[in-house]
Amino acid sequence: MSSHDNMPEMSLYQPVQVEDAIGIATELAGRGWLVGGGQDTYGWLKDRAKTADALIDLKGIESMRGIKETADGIEIGALVTLTEITRDPIIKERYSLLAQAAGRVASPQIRNVGTLAGNVSQDVRCWYYRRGLNCYRAGGNLCYADTPEGMNREHAIFNASRCVAVTPSDTGPALVALEAQMVIQNASGQRVVPAEDFFIGPNLDIRHTTILRPGDILTAVRIPAKWANATFYFEKVADRNAWDFALVSISAAMRVNNGVIEDSRIMVGAVQATPRRLTSVEQAIRGKPRNESTANSLGNLASSDANPLNYNHFKMPLMDNLVKRAVRGQA
Amino acid sequence: MDVAPQETLAHTLRYKLGLTGTKLGCNRGECGACTVLADDVNIYACSTLTHEVKNRAVVTVEGLRAADGTLHPVQAAFIEELSPACGFCTAGQVMSAVALLKANPRPTREEARLAMSGNVCRCGAYDHYLNGVMRASGQLS
Ligand SMILES: Cc1cc2nc3c(=O)[nH]c(=O)nc-3n(C[C@H](O)[C@H](O)[C@H](O)COP(=O)(O)OP(=O)(O)OC[C@H]3O[C@@H](n4cnc5c(N)ncnc54)[C@H](O)[C@@H]3O)c2cc1C
Ligand code: SF4
Ligand code: FES
Ligand code: FES
Repeated sequence: MSSHDNMPEMSLYQPVQVEDAIGIATELAGRGWLVGGGQDTYGWLKDRAKTADALIDLKGIESMRGIKETADGIEIGALVTLTEITRDPIIKERYSLLAQAAGRVASPQIRNVGTLAGNVSQDVRCWYYRRGLNCYRAGGNLCYADTPEGMNREHAIFNASRCVAVTPSDTGPALVALEAQMVIQNASGQRVVPAEDFFIGPNLDIRHTTILRPGDILTAVRIPAKWANATFYFEKVADRNAWDFALVSISAAMRVNNGVIEDSRIMVGAVQATPRRLTSVEQAIRGKPRNESTANSLGNLASSDANPLNYNHFKMPLMDNLVKRAVRGQA
Repeated sequence: MDVAPQETLAHTLRYKLGLTGTKLGCNRGECGACTVLADDVNIYACSTLTHEVKNRAVVTVEGLRAADGTLHPVQAAFIEELSPACGFCTAGQVMSAVALLKANPRPTREEARLAMSGNVCRCGAYDHYLNGVMRASGQLS
């Protein structure tokens, strides 16, 4: 499939009120496309791999900007850019896990415009799908990545269901670790959904990576005080330190008291279609000292039930090692 | 001038305004050749709709020189340090360096390396550009 220099012809709406954006999105239904920073969007459209009749640019909606303190933590507007997240004094001080994850997305220029909402709502990066092939996720009836010749080095080692693509978002696992709440608005009102339930795998819905449906707008992300100033560990392994998506990333939040891990949330990115929570590891380290021997005692617990594809076995030891580094507390 | 709803900023600059200092490399947000400033922040013009920045001050490499033709300190420092090799990535490198020094006038070399990490140089002249950034910030003599 060829690539095009120009964007296809489309209309553009630039509403300044959430209600107007919801009205337009509801009316256009599947033919409208919400735009935050557009950094995931424009590639799809330039390639003609996906099309839309109209773009709905949300950037003029003032109420979806800014970071504010609430009675129980903070609320981050959906339009807040990844750069703003990396520089925000409250996030850096209390929720540095999120600042670190946001700081590892793509490149400075993409972080300068890419929004938090766009980062968590972006589509998967499987190249077969991105090039417009009619695979399962595109509505067809085969997976090009999961064949004997399929190039699947970057794909899933857990919970594949026909589609073997992984979650590309660097901030997603950090938000689930922090027990963030996603604030979603549509024509019938507002609902608040835990980040853990926001991301969905192909077993639930192969066409979508999140619970968002046409007419839904993610307006804010709330981070409760529960994990404020906890002990955090973030690491992303990618081929290059700029631009490349994670091969595996780890986002860990831990409550450590007198050197002992009292509680934790350990999330891994890029190993399945959603951020993966390692409950078995969380249980194994509860009440243990945060040190090398606790880390080593985990062995390959994290990856023991993986189902690797032809070219991604390396993700198993990579993931086990990242877990160990998070638990012992040093890179 | 008419700007189509879906038109990218790079398209408007190069093909409607004739400002070809801004280059198009990948047209995909993957190289940095098209870097320009919007309200002093560096962005990819290939991945921005012109209508998205209609209320913002856009500066391209053509807009850096002083009225009397004096080069911007970053441009002068890049010449002094022989930063460019083939030059295709240079306009983008200049714009990222200008954005960095506006936000952080005396960056460490490591800070500069991170700030410049969204600009690929196929000639691999990265260290020469970094020398240029450090010189422009008055930290090399
Ligand atoms: C070269 C390149 C490298 C990249 N590398 C990384 C990486 O390393 N890590 C990473 O995590 N990402 C990466 N990305 C992906 C992505 O561009 C960024 O994550 C960015 O944060 C997306 O945000 P955006 O606001 O620009 O998204 P947009 O393109 O505006 O939106 C993305 C999707 O979210 C939907 N959406 C946007 N806002 C809302 C909202 N408020 N409510 C409901 N739906 C919404 C859009 O409709 C669209 O489907 C990369 C992209 C490129 C082009
Ligand atoms: S991994 Fe998913 S997105 Fe990629 S080809 Fe298979 S079905 Fe399509
Ligand atoms: S041309 Fe815009 S990033 Fe390559
Ligand atoms: S100088 Fe040739 S690409 Fe950078």
